[in-house]
Amino acid sequence: MSLLHTVAKSPFERDALSSCLDLSLPGAAILLYEDGVYGALKGGRFAERLAEAAKTRALYVLGPDLKARGLGEDRLIAGVTVVDYRGFVELAAKHQAVQAWC
Amino acid sequence: MKFAILVNEGPFNHQASDSAYQFAKAALEAGHAIFRVFFYYDGVHNANMLAEPPTDDRNVVKNWSTLAEDHKVDLVVCVAAALRRGIKNDNLAPGFRISGLGQLIEAGIQADRLVTFGD
Repeated sequence: MSLLHTVAKSPFERDALSSCLDLSLPGAAILLYEDGVYGALKGGRFAERLAEAAKTRALYVLGPDLKARGLGEDRLIAGVTVVDYRGFVELAAKHQAVQAWC
Repeated sequence: MKFAILVNEGPFNHQASDSAYQFAKAALEAGHAIFRVFFYYDGVHNANMLAEPPTDDRNVVKNWSTLAEDHKVDLVVCVAAALRRGIKNDNLAPGFRISGLGQLIEAGIQADRLVTFGD
């Protein structure tokens, strides 16, 4: 069973991303959106852990939320796929359930 | 596919209401159905008809009402959370209805996916 995990809060504010990375299983997908997108920034404190997770999990970032924060896709670590809201819907449909980490 | 959506934050807390609305719109545009949107905790403020944001700001309450009208989406507000925050039938925006937590459980059972926004 593969889950879509969503992380909406900044990792500098809460442990949502950290918990998600600890508890999600290989084969799962993780979508960072809202302030959660800050977790996927190159050179950030979570870049290494995310890059490690990307080996076994599919990582996504919501493009509109990135743009709303003035961040270009070039600021993201490698191995992250940018999706729009339709992509978010497709990910939710594709996986068996959606687990929100707030 | 049938989606259910849970909104736990008010329109002016963070971004959850906007994200939920954009998700719902994208799902409908992609041909999916929205079985229900359930508003819980501060999420009940999404249903306050008396909310009057500045005219150059997005009107979240109105957006939900329009979505309900255009696509017959069932917008349900948790009664206990609503009464605590002064949301009653008197000031309930069009398209919303007040009901109990059982409606969230039912949405979780009936829909193929339950997607949560906000905490």
